[in-house]
Amino acid sequence: MSEIILQAKNINKYFHDPVTVKVLNNITFSVNKGEFVSVTGKSGCGKSTLLYILSTMDTDYEGELLIDNETMTHKKEKQLALVRNQKIGFVFQFHYLLNEFSVLKNVMLPGLKLNKFSEAEVEHRAMERLKMLGIQQLANKNANQVSGGEKQRVAIARALINDPLIIMGDEPTGNLDKKNSEIVFNIFQELATEFKQTLLIVTHDEGFAERTNRIIHMEDGNIVT
Amino acid sequence: MKYKLIFSIAKSLLLARWKQTLVAAVGVTFSITMFITLLSFMTGLNKLLDGLILNRTPHVRLYNDIKPSKDQPVNSAVAYKDYHNFISSIKSSSSRQEIYNSTTIIESLQRDKRVVGIAPKIFAQVFFNAGTIDITGSVNGIDVEAESNFFHFNDYIVDGRGTDIKNVANSIVLGKGLATKLLANIDDVIQVTTAKGEIFQLKVVGLYQSGISEYDKSVAFASITTAQKLLGKPASYITDIQIKITDLNQAPKVAKEYAGLYGCDAEDIQTANSQFETGSFIRTLISYAVGITLLIVAGFGIYNILNMMIYEKMDSIAILKATGFSGSDVKKIFMVIALTIGFFGGLAGLLFGFLLSSGIGRIPFNMTALPTVTTYPINYSLVYYSIGFSFSLITTYLAGYFPSRKASKIDPVIIIRGK
Repeated sequence: MSEIILQAKNINKYFHDPVTVKVLNNITFSVNKGEFVSVTGKSGCGKSTLLYILSTMDTDYEGELLIDNETMTHKKEKQLALVRNQKIGFVFQFHYLLNEFSVLKNVMLPGLKLNKFSEAEVEHRAMERLKMLGIQQLANKNANQVSGGEKQRVAIARALINDPLIIMGDEPTGNLDKKNSEIVFNIFQELATEFKQTLLIVTHDEGFAERTNRIIHMEDGNIVT
Repeated sequence: MKYKLIFSIAKSLLLARWKQTLVAAVGVTFSITMFITLLSFMTGLNKLLDGLILNRTPHVRLYNDIKPSKDQPVNSAVAYKDYHNFISSIKSSSSRQEIYNSTTIIESLQRDKRVVGIAPKIFAQVFFNAGTIDITGSVNGIDVEAESNFFHFNDYIVDGRGTDIKNVANSIVLGKGLATKLLANIDDVIQVTTAKGEIFQLKVVGLYQSGISEYDKSVAFASITTAQKLLGKPASYITDIQIKITDLNQAPKVAKEYAGLYGCDAEDIQTANSQFETGSFIRTLISYAVGITLLIVAGFGIYNILNMMIYEKMDSIAILKATGFSGSDVKKIFMVIALTIGFFGGLAGLLFGFLLSSGIGRIPFNMTALPTVTTYPINYSLVYYSIGFSFSLITTYLAGYFPSRKASKIDPVIIIRGK
């Protein structure tokens, strides 16, 4: 029996503006260690909303969320920030690198924030991850000088810097061409198989979802399968 | 939390928009520069103008006023002790303007720790004779060394040497206006007639210019011995004791104490020159008001620029938060940005303020009233520099506080979703 990394219990979510609408209805599911899970569904079915709740960034919900068997509900903003820093890696649809910094510094920032390793060590770890993703030659470039596909790989390297329990992705290939999507998918695949990295990826790319271990399909705020 | 990381992020954000940063910093620099210059110049001028009078005025002056005696004989008569006595036609008694026991008083004053300096003085009414004309005036018998040390006597000597009145027997320093009237120059001998009708020949050794021309037209200085000779009085005769004390504000209290202690009249500087304090106070107040207004305007500039920066950096803030930076970290980053602008802008302001004020301090400024002043007066007091610098930090702190708080409250979900 593999250990449970993430657990959602009866999560309900409402949007109040302009009228109160229920967007998530009693969502209950869990993700085990080493699983490569994709969440699919049509636009507006609530999959992104669910992801933001699972990522602890959205705290306005009913129900309970456990990460690493620890409840996230009612935690303070500062504690949640620490959880995100330590246990969760993010990859977004838009690459969201900080343009003021070099690629290397972008990868290093969450590691520096965690303050577990010395600066030299964080730099070493960042270079390791860039190498693993085959983009070590970009390390000293400015974040706005690299291409879209490369940016997404930098973002993945950043997500990996603190050895997170789980990587969450919000349409990580949604804004990439076929070739780059393929590269990004292969990276995820490799992380899942070789490093037993837990991944939870929201996508509406059916081809992407089909190749993952487990698909959670959502419709109108409910989990269908 | 590692402050090094906060500082490095703040630095990168600042340098990424270095032009904006520069504009904000220049705003602070300009206002601090003007603040320093304005206050240094204003207070310099204030000090100069106040010095015109205050430097030469003793903090406490002991003398015997011409006035009726408080204790009329009838009041001390035992028989009429319980009566209310009406006395008419009382006359002032002016027979003794001398301070009794002056030597003992001076000795006891010298032991008083509150006293910085003592200068005895004799005041003598005389006529200066120029041909057929007699000019009324006065000769002040002074101890020239004490007078120079405590009341800047030598600073107002425009010609000749003030100290010569002590070294040359029967010598005199004339007010510049008086010398013009008498057609007297250095080394000339003039003639004075005392109130008692005696005639003296005195040698002019210096010319004195106070800046108050009415005063310069009637005043002259001689040594104490010369003045005693003019009046035909013994060596202990002194009419005034001028006292300088450590704390100017204590003068009224001290004056009252001495009046009781030594049995003479005592006048303090506040009573003698009450209007000066008010004038300089108002001028300083106006300078502060203008300086602080400038700083507040600069503060609004910083507020605007930080607000703009936060709108621009919404994405970056969202990503920082998503990757584990808390709201307070984000707030600290923007506070560091604001305070850095304040710190360096303020520092540059102090430097430019110093340069500008020393530039003004080199502009020639010749007042006939003030022979020793040749350039505009500047007060290089460290107080204004520290006030300016702390104000630059305080205003930038306040200007940065609200935008930073806003940045800390940005919800990353809204930003990331919004794309």
